[in-house]
Amino acid sequence: MLQIDHLTTADAKVSLDDVSFLFEAGNIYTILGRTGAGKTELLRALMGLNPLTDGEVKLDKENITKRPIRDRNMSLVYQQFINYPHLSVLDNVAFPLRRQGKKKAQAQALASTMLGTVGLGDFLHRRPSQLSGGQQQRVALARAMVKQSSILMLDEPLANLDYKLREQLREEFPRLVSDNEESVILYTTTEPREAMELGNTMIVMHDGKIIASGAPADLFANPPTKDTASVISDPPISFISGFVSNKTLYFGEGQIAPSDGLQLPPDGPVTIALRPNAIERGGDFSAKIGLSEFSGSQTIIHLDFAFGRAIMMVDGIEAFNSGDDLRISIQAEQMMLFAPDGRNITIRDNQDG
Amino acid sequence: MNKFYHTLKTIFLLGWSIFVVFPFLWALSTSFKDANAITSGATYIPWVDFEPSTQGWTSLFTTGSRGINIIGPFIDSAAVTLIASLVSLILGTLAAYGLSRFEYRLGFVKNADITFFFISQRIMPPIVLAIPFFLMLKELGALDTIFGLVLVYVALLLPIAVWVMTDFFAGIPKELDEMAMTDGCTPIGAFFRVILPNSVPGLVVAGMFCLIFGWNDFFFAFTLTFTETQLLPVSIVSLNSSVTPWWSLSAFALISVAPLALVAVVVERYMSRGTMSGAIR
Repeated sequence: MLQIDHLTTADAKVSLDDVSFLFEAGNIYTILGRTGAGKTELLRALMGLNPLTDGEVKLDKENITKRPIRDRNMSLVYQQFINYPHLSVLDNVAFPLRRQGKKKAQAQALASTMLGTVGLGDFLHRRPSQLSGGQQQRVALARAMVKQSSILMLDEPLANLDYKLREQLREEFPRLVSDNEESVILYTTTEPREAMELGNTMIVMHDGKIIASGAPADLFANPPTKDTASVISDPPISFISGFVSNKTLYFGEGQIAPSDGLQLPPDGPVTIALRPNAIERGGDFSAKIGLSEFSGSQTIIHLDFAFGRAIMMVDGIEAFNSGDDLRISIQAEQMMLFAPDGRNITIRDNQDG
Repeated sequence: MNKFYHTLKTIFLLGWSIFVVFPFLWALSTSFKDANAITSGATYIPWVDFEPSTQGWTSLFTTGSRGINIIGPFIDSAAVTLIASLVSLILGTLAAYGLSRFEYRLGFVKNADITFFFISQRIMPPIVLAIPFFLMLKELGALDTIFGLVLVYVALLLPIAVWVMTDFFAGIPKELDEMAMTDGCTPIGAFFRVILPNSVPGLVVAGMFCLIFGWNDFFFAFTLTFTETQLLPVSIVSLNSSVTPWWSLSAFALISVAPLALVAVVVERYMSRGTMSGAIR
């Protein structure tokens, strides 16, 4: 169990701002946030690599805030594939075990087993530089896991891999860490899909703070704030200014917005959030096509409305001409409403309170 | 076109090689000549162009009016250069690691200023340093001793070692140190177990520079020694008398170049930064 209380750092670029959380053993926590959200800073602060200006880190109720890095019983896999260039793959993985005081033969045997687990059993005597990027990252992963430390931290481990390798390692990842039942695993990423796929619990970070946490599906369905909705939506969710007047929802330009099934808040400004699948072809609204791009087997179209910009997604690969007009409809069941302070104030008719 | 380029390349490299190697061959040839062969125009090939004589070489190992014994100066030179280079390399590497990894601040003085302070010592013309060095060594009673020269050479070579190694350490990702610490090393352990083994190319380059500058220095070897201690570059000058013994000078030049050439051949394969690849993508 890892508990952090009011972690605060004062780095020039990104700093943590009063971050508290309780991580329980046996769980995989994915920490999702954009670049500069403070994910790496959080891991580095836990590891003792970045100095804290305030706050405490407790491991199994013991305060380890001042403990030297080497005695923290934590491992870290970096975004870059960092290995010891002067050591063979086997010695790379045996390195932490040797520092723990294990005999060379024992350390190498354990390292060899771990390398077999990550699929590098045939590469024991190569140098890291003789491996591909994906293999190098597996070496780093093996070295982090072989220690069996209480906390395993992975800082965007797949970010520098090409698409195919990323998919492959992402699929393998749950199997690779399945033995770490007693550890807390922290996995940072900028990709919502990865965060939802890999974690039991998703933590959303923004501006050096944890802004939401919970089961990935729940967070996706009901993001508590506008920032959370923005971070976890891929393709991006669109935010459009609007207002409620006389129990009617309007877009900013005064055009009536659909609100079937939504309980509207009292009169006043709101932010209307449209998920890409809230917009469908054919309907009352007119939009101009901006950029269109393909994502897998779907097409993402950027639309310009009189009242703002939004993103729409259609199944299949289709060519859309930039500048053309498109008639569309907006599905209220895929819309969310946020208060001016960013709170999610979406209440549907079939929902209580 | 490709063939033309290849031929052009070969011709150029051949020409350049001759340009570089010719002075050595010329010196080698001259070292086997006697006074007659030297003064009778340009000759190149022994036995064909001139009758070879070993006078040039033997005069370097005899004392008295017929030559000088260079074994003493050679050993002195080697001792001073090796000790000073080693001390500079050790101190310079430690200083450079500190400068590349930790932040120092004393008033307005920061890391970059300290690095510049080291380098700035090489900017001054040697003559500026000669008198202070002379007075300091005199106070220490270290004039005309190997110890005194080592002190002065460390002062001269340290900036080179700091400069080269600071640049080299800057190229080694800090994450490598951090990783060593997360893997159970102390900060000093990280330096010795991880950073140093990966710094061999940098150490070789810095070491080479120290050896070259130390071995070839004439000015301080000349101003800070008299009779007890004599280094090679100074003793070569003492060969010069009313008649310049070109044969001895040539042999001497070859002997004094040999150690550096030998070191260069041995360490040449380390002089690449290739070993760092694979540390970080």
